[in-house]
Amino acid sequence: MVVDREADTDRAMRALADRTRRDIVRCTMRQDRSVSQLAQRYPMSFAAVQKHVATLEAAGLVTKRRHGREQLVRAEPTAVRRTAALLDDLAALWQDRLDRFEAALDEPQPTDPPAGGTP
Amino acid sequence: MTVIDIAKDLEARRLVITSSFEAPVARVWQLWADPRQLERWWGPPTYPATFVEHDLRPGGRVTYFMTGPEGDRHGGWWQITAVDAPHHLELDDGFAGPDGTPNPDMPVTTMSVDISSDGTTTRMVLTSTYPSTEAMEQLLDMGMAEGIAAAMGQIDELLASAPT
Repeated sequence: MVVDREADTDRAMRALADRTRRDIVRCTMRQDRSVSQLAQRYPMSFAAVQKHVATLEAAGLVTKRRHGREQLVRAEPTAVRRTAALLDDLAALWQDRLDRFEAALDEPQPTDPPAGGTP
Repeated sequence: MTVIDIAKDLEARRLVITSSFEAPVARVWQLWADPRQLERWWGPPTYPATFVEHDLRPGGRVTYFMTGPEGDRHGGWWQITAVDAPHHLELDDGFAGPDGTPNPDMPVTTMSVDISSDGTTTRMVLTSTYPSTEAMEQLLDMGMAEGIAAAMGQIDELLASAPT
């Protein structure tokens, strides 16, 4: 599985094509804000603000973390999003390698034990 | 085999992959300690690895190359920084030219392997730390080349076995 970077860019641009979401990103660049704090800024329901945050999160533009009873939202700069995608791709390479590792485990063992191992 | 967890540390550029195997600790260790078995899984079928030197002692060196479908060779090396058989291995992993000469311009990844008993199964924790996003991209470019070659190989096989 390879992350499609063009699709990621599409998703990020769609997420930013909304003034409320742009405001959420601006306002969480410098400081983490809870979803409740964000909701106070806009003339819409709490659920509507949650949905905007979810869209931004799905696009990789913000992350959310639990802090006690609150969810804190933070905007993610480009470099961090790129690293996340790279780590995902490297994890996928390792999964393939681990599949091969397992297949090798199941192969018949050599009769002589290798040096350096304790049975 | 189950991959139990994949943890990503974005700031440290670190991947921690935890997997569980239905095999004893010593057997899992063998797949690292025996170069002939290491060759069975390190590279994909389209870019198989050949291990040349394999000295898993502290300060020891491992050298290998992967051979592409056109006979093209891609070299790599490990410098062992810590080892405690059969549970722990730490190394630096770098690139080399086709003749095995370490390439100083290419990034060095650090890797640690922790193997432990989990009752009847064995747990293996692999930690890879990358020096930069550029390094990760370079590794992925090579990996993707392998992936594409592997996919092409599978397509060839399917074509060869398809009824006419």
